[in-house]
Amino acid sequence: MTPLETYLRQRLQRKKLLLMTHAVVGYPSLDANMAMLEAMQRAEVDVVELQLPFSEPIADGPVFVRANQQALQAGMNWERYFQFMQRVSSAFDMKILMMGYYNSVLQMGHETFCACLAEHGGSGFIVADLPPEEAGELFQHAATHHLSPIALMTPTNSMPRLQEIARHARGLVYCVARKGVTGKQTPLDDRLEAFIARCRRATSLPLALGFGLRTGADLRRLHGLADMGVLGTILLTTWEQGGAAQYELLLQDLRAATIA
Amino acid sequence: MSTRQWGAWAVLSDRADLSETAWRQRLRARNPWLLWFLSELVVVEDGTQTLKDAINAALRDWSESMDTTHYVMGTVCGPHPFPQMVTYFQSIIGREAREQMLQAAHTLPTRVYACVGGGSNASGIFAGFLDDPQVELIGVEAGGLGFDTGQHAARLAQHVGRPGVAQGYKTCFLQNAEGQMQPTHSVAAGLDYIGVGPILAYLHQIGRIRVEAATDAEVLETLKLVIRREGIIPALESAHAFVTALKEAPQLSPDEVILINQSGRGDKDIFTIAEALGDARWRAFLRDKVATWDREGARS
Repeated sequence: MTPLETYLRQRLQRKKLLLMTHAVVGYPSLDANMAMLEAMQRAEVDVVELQLPFSEPIADGPVFVRANQQALQAGMNWERYFQFMQRVSSAFDMKILMMGYYNSVLQMGHETFCACLAEHGGSGFIVADLPPEEAGELFQHAATHHLSPIALMTPTNSMPRLQEIARHARGLVYCVARKGVTGKQTPLDDRLEAFIARCRRATSLPLALGFGLRTGADLRRLHGLADMGVLGTILLTTWEQGGAAQYELLLQDLRAATIA
Repeated sequence: MSTRQWGAWAVLSDRADLSETAWRQRLRARNPWLLWFLSELVVVEDGTQTLKDAINAALRDWSESMDTTHYVMGTVCGPHPFPQMVTYFQSIIGREAREQMLQAAHTLPTRVYACVGGGSNASGIFAGFLDDPQVELIGVEAGGLGFDTGQHAARLAQHVGRPGVAQGYKTCFLQNAEGQMQPTHSVAAGLDYIGVGPILAYLHQIGRIRVEAATDAEVLETLKLVIRREGIIPALESAHAFVTALKEAPQLSPDEVILINQSGRGDKDIFTIAEALGDARWRAFLRDKVATWDREGARS
């Protein structure tokens, strides 16, 4: 069991549902990111994805695409990213996952990436465009550094494929509730329940469900179904449109749904 | 069944401070002539507004519509099986060219030239000759404003593309030390691209193909020459292949045969070509043409 899984299982004993949030590092600014994380801390967020911006973010929808571009234009790079991760891990209780694209990891080098992530307080990584059969060496280095490589399961995966993905998964499994990119709404219907059930059959790891969740009410529908809800785009659009105050309100609404 | 095409063009707002480039892009995206060739043109505003951004947009659409979408991009890039699939589709060009060459010239060509952006036309024509080791295969990339300016898309010719993974595939990309893709430039939108088909990158690595680059300036000069001497208007992309072929032809003996792949027709993009040639008479002609229509409108 990786440190991340141990941590999640402990948190699950006292919460109905865990909460994973997301921030694009450097957008709109590192100061704004810090204010976002303070709000997340007050909402007792369990895990945060810190996205390392990439020039070709193909799994992301328009809101994150723009955020990636602007963060890069403002000079985001590896050094600033990991410095920021260090600040976050020193200041807050939540676990940190690096989220990004494989080319950043490849250019950094698998071993350097894992060492750097562990050194700056990361617990694992979500590399959106890396299939598990291409990740052997990276996953070995992750194990050496007690990091959790997060696997993604989607509704298009067959049962044998889900089992293959599960074989490589550590820490938690990220269930992508639908096809397509980040940031669109997902109807929480029977098909979703069937999908989660299939993921449960494939793995005993905690299941995080993401893509399209927006409110505390959405999270309550996951009670008894998934172990963790993941929210990204709605948080960023709330920050952009409603500022820190609305952001705080949304997070408190989400927090309430993790308890009852 | 409808077809959608992702154009690498931007539509920007109607603000008074619209830059010259922005205005041109906006106009190009609205060119109704293109709609004769497509059923729908989706305008992409992301990133550097070049081919790579159109590919990102197509891949994002596909991630949602994969149940009914099977042919995502016209180029030999992206995740498996697209490079292989598109190479197969395009290989008809190479097979027919080889057959016709044997009929017309009774010999195989010494050299085959094709421009390389993503690399679909090159992959297609080269496919006909891969098993003929005596035929040299030459790809021509966009040299843009010249290699020294940094504004080009010469990934293989200049050996500056480094192995990377983006847009669902591994190849040589123009990228910085941290793996962020670098801006590219070419007079030809179809060659203005960060990566190159992975199969072509492999053929280059094992020495089966040679890759050169042609600058924007060379392309425009050669285009004029080909229009005047041959009476054909190659697309700006294809004109890159003509540049290197014409540059190297004098090295060959008179009985050797070369094959140039004219992958695209320039008459379809006559506004782009005429603009690239910078011919003042074209502008005057268009003004007169519009004035004629205005007069007709006033009379009726």
